[in-house]
Amino acid sequence: MSGTSGTPYAPHTDEETAAMLSAIGAEDEEALFDIPDDVAFDGDLGIEPRTEREIRAECSRIFGRNDDLTEFLGRGHYGHYVPSVVDHLSDRAEFLTSYTQYQPEISQGFLQALFEYQSMLVELTGLPVANCSMYDAATALGEAATLADRVRSTSGDTVLVPEQLREGKREVLANYCAGADLAIEPYPMADGNADVDALAERVGDDVVMVYAENPTVRGCIEERLAAVGDLAADADALFVLGSDVVSLAVLEEPASVGADVVVGEADALGLPTAYGMGLGIFACSDEFLRQVPGRLVGASEDAGGDRAFTLTLQTREQHIRKERATSNICTNQAWVALRAAIHAAVLGPDGLVDLANDCVRESAALADRIDGLNGAVAPVHDRHHVREFAVRVDQPAAAIAEDLEAEGFAVHVVDEHLLQVCVTDLNAARTDDLVAAFEEVI
Amino acid sequence: MIHEQASYDRDDEHVREPLLSEKGEATVDVTADSPLPDDLTRDELTLPAPSEPEIARHYTRLSQMNWAIDSGPYPLGSCTMKYNPKFTEDVAADPNAAVHPDRSERSTQGNLELQYRLQELLAEIGGMDAVTLQPPAGAAGELTGILVAKAYHEHHGNDRSEVVIPASAHGTNFATAATAGYDVVELPSGDDGRVDVEALDAAVGDDTAALMLTNPNTVGLFERDITEIAEIVHDAGGLLYYDGANLNALLGRGRPGDMGFDVMHYNVHKTFATPHGGGGPGAGPVGVVDELAEFLPTPQVRENENASRYERFEPANTIGKVHGFTGNWLVLIKAYAYVARLGDEGLSDASAKAVLNANYLAERIDLDVPHGPFHHEFAATAGERDAADVAKRMLDFGVHPPTTKWPEMVPEAMLTEPTEIEGQSSLDDLAEAFNLAYADTDEALDAAPNRTAASRIDQVSAARNPRLSWQALDDE
Repeated sequence: MSGTSGTPYAPHTDEETAAMLSAIGAEDEEALFDIPDDVAFDGDLGIEPRTEREIRAECSRIFGRNDDLTEFLGRGHYGHYVPSVVDHLSDRAEFLTSYTQYQPEISQGFLQALFEYQSMLVELTGLPVANCSMYDAATALGEAATLADRVRSTSGDTVLVPEQLREGKREVLANYCAGADLAIEPYPMADGNADVDALAERVGDDVVMVYAENPTVRGCIEERLAAVGDLAADADALFVLGSDVVSLAVLEEPASVGADVVVGEADALGLPTAYGMGLGIFACSDEFLRQVPGRLVGASEDAGGDRAFTLTLQTREQHIRKERATSNICTNQAWVALRAAIHAAVLGPDGLVDLANDCVRESAALADRIDGLNGAVAPVHDRHHVREFAVRVDQPAAAIAEDLEAEGFAVHVVDEHLLQVCVTDLNAARTDDLVAAFEEVI
Repeated sequence: MIHEQASYDRDDEHVREPLLSEKGEATVDVTADSPLPDDLTRDELTLPAPSEPEIARHYTRLSQMNWAIDSGPYPLGSCTMKYNPKFTEDVAADPNAAVHPDRSERSTQGNLELQYRLQELLAEIGGMDAVTLQPPAGAAGELTGILVAKAYHEHHGNDRSEVVIPASAHGTNFATAATAGYDVVELPSGDDGRVDVEALDAAVGDDTAALMLTNPNTVGLFERDITEIAEIVHDAGGLLYYDGANLNALLGRGRPGDMGFDVMHYNVHKTFATPHGGGGPGAGPVGVVDELAEFLPTPQVRENENASRYERFEPANTIGKVHGFTGNWLVLIKAYAYVARLGDEGLSDASAKAVLNANYLAERIDLDVPHGPFHHEFAATAGERDAADVAKRMLDFGVHPPTTKWPEMVPEAMLTEPTEIEGQSSLDDLAEAFNLAYADTDEALDAAPNRTAASRIDQVSAARNPRLSWQALDDE
């Protein structure tokens, strides 16, 4: 670095800088810039440099301003315990500080890890194609809608979604739909599940896609998914199913209920609660192989006849196909996919199924205890649940949530008299305290 | 310099490291001990069941078969592979920052404060008035920016159908415009590698929603006519979009906002040294001028009236959300830590050294560089040689090769961006790798690489006969 005021991450001594400038034939560094005076910036940004120690202290102070609450929160973003080995292996610099594998011969390690991730998703969804990630469940859903628009030549432009859907997810979907001139229309739900009869009335020529979630945003397990799949198939609409990587370990296999595409979150494995940072799943049937958004890793052979991996079918992608690409996505969530795969490997099928079953048992047990309290009904929907469930309260839900927060707990407010509570291995040990706090405030 | 990549030769099996599935799978009967009725569950689940020591060894071996910026030079043009300061990992790992996005404003003042601070820093660096941190990658930032531009035009009753993009632009620009529902008007490059102002004038009109521009452009040239370009687009009622991929060239010396750009995205991996993670997570914050702030995604973060706390708010005519939650939070924390570490002088020095390094390297290589003066990157031409073959040969010399065969305006292009982190001796090694490979025999180029874990991989059969999972391999 030049003197003491430059970037600490450039190795140049003043002598080297001078030698390099002289080799170029430039007087100084400024002479290398070709920025016209009228647009050059000669002011100060006003950013004071700090040392590592100062920044760590500063950020620790800032984050210390978050209250230390026990979160019973989910609705699409789930915290599960992440084993230490996931951090230690994924943090290896060869993974963390690498780029997209444009030179496969020197990037076999990451390519194989992503191939293995894709394979795990193939097993979990029952669908033969899974890409190596989207940003999150919401953007994956958006990409599914644009895929539906490309592959379904029905006369219409309607995307049917459940009326109980996370608002943010619907907004993201709308932003992807706008460019394709698709219209989003909610279909009714009956006691926390898709209302199949109402759907049967509605599905027709104008529908390009039917979306359902299992579990739903309220944690309910759908009971008639195969019927939804049949309705979509009869109308030649794409059946897109949303789920998450833990639930998929035990719930009906999407392929077996006729799902054409599976989207959702895989960040329940590999990532701690991270303010909503995600890992989008995108899996589909062979029919759409050449319409898949995002990156795909395939197996091939090298010149020596040995198995090798490479990014493949890149003619779908923006850097080759430009405005005719299947998506504009480039950078995705590869490193998070690596983490999810390591976590899944640590759990193995036994551990993963146990984790999912615990999510069913713990939520049922907690709902039962809250249901025993005066002024509360839980679960609101007479369904099986994964991790989370809605609670109807007599008093205003927002006031109860605020009181619970004062007791050290965070829960969702869904509407005026509806709360939602999510239990996982991370907070299961605190359910007694949560129930006691509930009892206190309602 | 010669580099030999680790590999584990299993001659008879034609496999380097077995797949996890090949190390042993287990099948679980899901219905056996299920709290759910059988008709709601799958029957069984088959996945690898390795022990933790086996997992540690598997992924360690895979990591050894993977090049990274910590392995050596990685001068991929337009990708800005620079060193990722280790301490930023520790800052981002603060357990207090790991909160759920649905927590109340009141209980997450710390996260809101960091978001607010980063919004402000990025606005200052880009010369913008408001910034959203929500887009989870550069391309998502592009889509956000173009949707904001679209909302702006619609709000003002203008139905515009076209986005103008120079031929040399990143592929994402074209795909983004199409995703947002626009027709793409491709602008051929001028003879000097820059925007041809006359051609632009002819292309722009009542239908123009925006011009998407990278500056310096994708061969490292500053668009000297940027003021005139901005005038042409603005006079036609269009907006100017800045693709932030090359912002690493301009830190502290030029701000898109001062050049007339209305909306821009930042690539925090490229400019602010967050690790690329082998393909993400990235983050693509978007900055806009005042007139566009009301269309930004929701929520935004601001200080309340008496600056006593931070609050979320919904911009008046928001486009809604572009990510399910708050974007790639852990990445954003790392970007904040990097900017704070460098400060004004560090940021400006980073650009100076990035530009110095590109110019020094170009001076040292035997390949011709047709366009200049370039900044942080340059497009050399492999001339009569095949750029992709030269690149494969470079892999044997302890460096990662540049981006090849793009942009198309330079024949057999080798788009090279060493970034500020390489010193003189490292650049000399890089130059030697270029020169040795470039001068090598056709046979040597065809046979390369020789010292990587895998030799040349057959891309054609990978695409012709797609095998995308271990299940597909088993079926053969």
